Amino acid sequence: MEVFANLATGFAVALTATNLFYAFLGVLLGTLIGVLPGIGPVPTIAMLLPITYALPPVSALIMLAGIYYGAQYGGSTTAILVNLPGESSSVVTCIDGYQMARKGRAGTALAIAALGSFIAGTFATMVVAAFAPPLAEVALKFGPAEYFSLMVLGLIAAVVLASGSLVKAIGMIILGLLLGLVGTDVNSGLQRYSFGIPELSDGIGFVAIAMGVFGFAEIIVNLEHREAREVFTNKVSGLWIKWKDFKEALPAIARGTLLGSGLGILPGGGALLSAFASYTLEKKIAKDPSQFGKGAIQGVAGPESANNAGAQTSFIPLLTLGIPPNAVMALMVGAMTIHSIQPGPQVMTSNPQLFWGLIASMWIGNLMLVVLNLPMIGLWVKLLQVPYRLLYPAILLFCCIGVYSLQNNVWDVLMTALFGLIGWLFVKLECEPAPLLLGFILGPLMEENLRRALLLSRGDPTVFFTRPLSATLLAVAAVLLLIVLAPNVRRKREEAFHEA
Amino acid sequence: MALIRHPKDFWAGVLFIAFGGAACVIALDYAMGTAARMGPGYFPRVLGLMLCALGALLVLRSFKLQGAPLSFPTFKPLAIVLASVLLFGLVVNKVGLVIATLLLVLVASTASHEYRWRESIVAAIALAVFVVVAFRYGLGLQLPTWPPALAG
Repeated sequence: MEVFANLATGFAVALTATNLFYAFLGVLLGTLIGVLPGIGPVPTIAMLLPITYALPPVSALIMLAGIYYGAQYGGSTTAILVNLPGESSSVVTCIDGYQMARKGRAGTALAIAALGSFIAGTFATMVVAAFAPPLAEVALKFGPAEYFSLMVLGLIAAVVLASGSLVKAIGMIILGLLLGLVGTDVNSGLQRYSFGIPELSDGIGFVAIAMGVFGFAEIIVNLEHREAREVFTNKVSGLWIKWKDFKEALPAIARGTLLGSGLGILPGGGALLSAFASYTLEKKIAKDPSQFGKGAIQGVAGPESANNAGAQTSFIPLLTLGIPPNAVMALMVGAMTIHSIQPGPQVMTSNPQLFWGLIASMWIGNLMLVVLNLPMIGLWVKLLQVPYRLLYPAILLFCCIGVYSLQNNVWDVLMTALFGLIGWLFVKLECEPAPLLLGFILGPLMEENLRRALLLSRGDPTVFFTRPLSATLLAVAAVLLLIVLAPNVRRKREEAFHEA
Repeated sequence: MALIRHPKDFWAGVLFIAFGGAACVIALDYAMGTAARMGPGYFPRVLGLMLCALGALLVLRSFKLQGAPLSFPTFKPLAIVLASVLLFGLVVNKVGLVIATLLLVLVASTASHEYRWRESIVAAIALAVFVVVAFRYGLGLQLPTWPPALAG
């Protein structure tokens, strides 16, 4: 079994003291920002990117990955105790988790969320280990035409999952692609859209965009609303699970894990979609659906397992194809690029230590999450009581320092402010920013592969349809688009996002 | 404004047309090339045109679809948050980390409707200390702690 040999390599890397430390730091930070509403994994990872510059690449990626799945975990704590999603993917957990807390079962809800996440995380780690190598082999056969088609598929998938208007989501992708072109053109050396500003010759800083559009814009919008937060902290005494509860929750955990693992692999998938799908499934197959919304344990166990599984398997497209399926993975591309690692199928062969070390650390990180969070829940609850008026200036400050230290340059700080303004405008116009970031990341790659594909085919555009792999990918993209455009699905999709 | 029934779509469309149009116009200066040998102007022009088309679609649609009006409850947080960040960016090299941090936190704090000035002063000082210890000395951030002019 090659998988086990590979995993052994991975554990050897992940279990070194340094990497254990960074995994721990990652999950701790991740849980922290997951617990705090108003700051998600995207700005946090963006903020820490510059700091990882000094770390060895494996440690850097292990820490950033820890932040991502730690955030999924921390988000559920806030959802259960405050009825506020600490993370977008724990929106669903609010529904039944908060009801359980109100009935005095907060301890059970938290414990089942932790256990479900751990089981899901363990399984998803195995899925990544088992599926990544064969997929990477397929990916090695990819030529420029296939890469281009694959990116089209990824972008279409991102559109499908963006909430709100499809036209706007496609527009945001194109806008992102255009922003990605700013700077020196690799083929001709020509400066495009740089307006003679030397700082723009290397392109717009990806962190500046991510932090402005996601971080600053969200803070500004939060400040516009005068909402009082009510923290449900009266009675979180000890975490325990009765055997009866566990037996009730276990099938839901299993289903959520499978569903999440599958959906996470899809480009554009990940934690949010998995949690939604799992909740719908649990409600459909429940013997007594009326219990849902009133504190059904399956309504917590299923989605919590699914979002964690989905968060982990969304590493598969990144590690095998080099294509980021969501905004967090786009940041991971940024992190890999900082360390001059080109994400893609060759990572596994050229950098086996990094690849398997990262995978092994996912499991270790999940174990740490359980160990860390069950006893520390009291601390997280305290944190929830820090008022937002003290929190946001600190977040702004750390963002500014993070952006500055990227290149030791104030230019990026000013750009972040500009993108904060643009991001705020997007919120007002209901334009989802996630596709923009994806487009921005993929822009240069897409142009490069389009050029190469057409160069090889001597300008014949049918090359995208005559090569079987490429044609299949485009067909899948077309089907996805048609499905979403179908009136029936369209209505359902709007309902699903509306509930969120 | 009865003509525009979906203001959010309308303005998003205008934004797309503006960006796409500008991208196309600027790209006119870049060599187009042929499909087989694309110049640097090819991809941007195609994208710019697509963005314009989508924008036009949104604008046309906004005359037909019904949508909620744009809401701007207050511009205060927008102005203050962006101002505090710009301020930090513009002065940090001249006045050093401590003063820039104090300025950012004190200015940014006023954006909240729960603003309390005494509290924000304490928070600013605490954060300045933390930033210097953690980032300047802990992580070796390349920024002066105090105004470089004073150090002479």
